[in-house]
Amino acid sequence: MSFDSDNNLWLSGNEAIALGAWEAGVQVASGYPGTPSTEIMGNLARYEGVYAEWAPNEKVGLEVAIGASFAGVRALATMKHVGLNVAADPLFTAAYTGGRGGLVVLTADDPQMHSSQNEQDNRNYAFAAKLPMFEPSDPAEAREMMASAFALSEELDLPVLFRTTTRVAHVKGVVRKGERRQVAAASIEKMPAKFVMLPGNARVRRADLEERMRRARERAETLAENRVEEGSGRRGFITAGTSYNYVKEAFPGAPVLKLGMVWPLPEKMIRAFADSVEELIVVEELDPFLENHIRAMGIDCRGKDLIPGQGELNSYIVRTAIEPESRRELFAPLDLPMRPPNMCAGCPHRGLFYCLSRMKDIFVSGDIGCYTLGFLPPLSAMDSCVCMGASVTVAHGMDKALGREGSGRIVAVLGDSTFMHSGITGLLNAVYNESHATVIILDNRITAMTGHQQNPASGRNIRGEPAHAIDFEQLCHALGVRRVSVVNPHRINETRKVLAEEIGRDETTVIISRAPCVLLPEEVRRKKPLYVTELSNCTGCRACIGLGCPAISWHPLTASEAVARGYREKQKGYAEISAVQCNGCGQCAELCTFEAITRKEAD
Amino acid sequence: MQQSGNILFSGVGGQGILLASELTAHAQLAAGFDVKKSEVHGMAQRGGSVEAHLRYGERVYSPLIEPGTADILVAFETLEAARYLPYLHENSAVVVNTMQIMPPAVATGAMRYPGDVLDELTGRGIRVIAVDAFEIAREVGELRTANVAMVGAMSIFLAVSPGVFLDVIDRKVKERFREVNKRAFEAGRARVQAMQ
Ligand SMILES: Cc1ncc(C[n+]2csc(CCOP(=O)(O)OP(=O)(O)O)c2C)c(N)n1
Repeated sequence: MSFDSDNNLWLSGNEAIALGAWEAGVQVASGYPGTPSTEIMGNLARYEGVYAEWAPNEKVGLEVAIGASFAGVRALATMKHVGLNVAADPLFTAAYTGGRGGLVVLTADDPQMHSSQNEQDNRNYAFAAKLPMFEPSDPAEAREMMASAFALSEELDLPVLFRTTTRVAHVKGVVRKGERRQVAAASIEKMPAKFVMLPGNARVRRADLEERMRRARERAETLAENRVEEGSGRRGFITAGTSYNYVKEAFPGAPVLKLGMVWPLPEKMIRAFADSVEELIVVEELDPFLENHIRAMGIDCRGKDLIPGQGELNSYIVRTAIEPESRRELFAPLDLPMRPPNMCAGCPHRGLFYCLSRMKDIFVSGDIGCYTLGFLPPLSAMDSCVCMGASVTVAHGMDKALGREGSGRIVAVLGDSTFMHSGITGLLNAVYNESHATVIILDNRITAMTGHQQNPASGRNIRGEPAHAIDFEQLCHALGVRRVSVVNPHRINETRKVLAEEIGRDETTVIISRAPCVLLPEEVRRKKPLYVTELSNCTGCRACIGLGCPAISWHPLTASEAVARGYREKQKGYAEISAVQCNGCGQCAELCTFEAITRKEAD
Repeated sequence: MQQSGNILFSGVGGQGILLASELTAHAQLAAGFDVKKSEVHGMAQRGGSVEAHLRYGERVYSPLIEPGTADILVAFETLEAARYLPYLHENSAVVVNTMQIMPPAVATGAMRYPGDVLDELTGRGIRVIAVDAFEIAREVGELRTANVAMVGAMSIFLAVSPGVFLDVIDRKVKERFREVNKRAFEAGRARVQAMQ
């Protein structure tokens, strides 16, 4: 197969999905960033003829897409797997209403939790919400399946779920390109019996949903995306998604039933395939989803008794799970220092977490974003992290449980995008129900963690055009917070003072920790001062090392090395700032009491 | 000409692994292979260990290299070469940048940077080609081309001709950086050729 650049593109799964959606004539798309789904919306926003946006959260995004479908155009909502939990409410009822224009809901799962707090298997949502679900195996298929998903959504009057995983979303491969389909004209059409889900209407739509899913089951039998690949040998495999690739590599030539639509299942096809092989093995990542439903048909198969149900698979895991004797002698891993991710040099979050790390006896109820790295040593300043927005609400719950004991000890910490996503209602509750906790909003002006997406506080939209930027101070006041302070987290001493004062108060207080992410283009371009170590003044006190800044490293010394450098014999080492890595935030200079760190202005 | 192969890229977030693996993928595509490449985005980018898997052949299904089957490891940092030992086999070639970036536990003095980690590879009979990619980048006059110098160094292990790579750089790199990247590629390649 050779790469012909007239018809082929080299694309990631996410780029291919954006292309596929565009070719399928999508006109409105809304999503909230989340690895591994983020690049879909970023790419889609660059196509002509599509309105794409960042929503503040996934529920909002899905509802926007439902609205566009009600207006008769094709619509897409994108999110990571846990985002579908947030959007589950509209999802389940949209199954009843259906729409007018095709509606595709993309969920990107993250087996192995490369960038997630859990590894839930969102195929279970297809079963629970009674919706068809497609799952491609690679970028080329992802593009093609987008067209099928939109077509099926309109044919069956059902939202269609589209599941990817990291090894589809962030895999690059050769993708064919095509033409954009003619798009529909939007219009208002009143269809109350279909769109107004009061019990009387909903009961009718509930029954109709069964009928629509019955048709979906029928379609599954003939859908091109479900196919048998003939082969030889006694074993036959049923598989889907990226697991299909691993089966093809581990057992080339074996018969395979590849499911491109993983719900509802083509029962007749599965039964016929099962009858054609001696041993049926279901290979799937995470839950025994296909396996359980195949067993429920009364078909005997093997699956999770062999294949791991946690983490990602690969062809080696699949082969050796089924044929343990094929295990190879591998070089054992070496015992090496780990290299976990770290906040960048000059990251404003570091200053704030440094201050929290110095406070005794407080509980830091954390949240999700770059700042979750404040959990790692040497800062070690986060005590819980559950899901987006939970910082504020968990803090409130702890405050209520602890009563007087908790006074001045409970702090919630969350980022600007996370606050917009699901922190506002928690803060509303905290004020209304008289919490004594302090809420710190880490306002770095962007959604940093997922790669710098704009949000309602950043002042720009997905295309980078100016947009309204919410005013956090005013918003907090409007929610009823009486004390809102603003600190610059790079000014460590000042920040510590404000933290001590505000956390100690007997009411809900908000501190906005405001300084831009150092990776923002305007920050990268800005001429910044440089901080340099005056090595002769360093006493080896390690105060700056406590920041955990990647630009500062510790050089241990023996007694004679110390003396040779003109230090006290007892000095155990010295700290040095790397000029290449320093981003000029000055946090370390505030901590140094020996004038061993000096500021050099940019020239 | 090799009919298929697995190339693993490893390093530290921010070192330019993505561009290096992209150029390699495009060169393999131009040579007529099917190619798949897998990367991890998100959390892993913040200065942590990063890897990219590149597989080529007549028809590639899996985007992931199996343990024990990487034919070439291109490591942008010394420790990040040693970390991927379980992916290697006796006939693997490891092209490693001699640069050392301290992981947090080392930078804070809690652990030491292991001094002789490359011996762990050569001691197992693995061929290790150490390249000071930064020096090459400095010589060609642009520090940010160290990643492309590494691609040049690695390229001698591929059947794809250097002209194909230079062509890819022409097509994929911004005009302003094109010439300097081509020089980095050629210097990286020449450095390894001189060692052979
Ligand atoms: C429900 C849900 N949606 C999306 C994500 C992915 N995600 C994690 S943190 C985050 C945003 C973080 O932005 P912000 O709060 O501004 O903090 P920063 O990274 O800028 O420090 C996103 C989108 C998630 N974990 N859960």
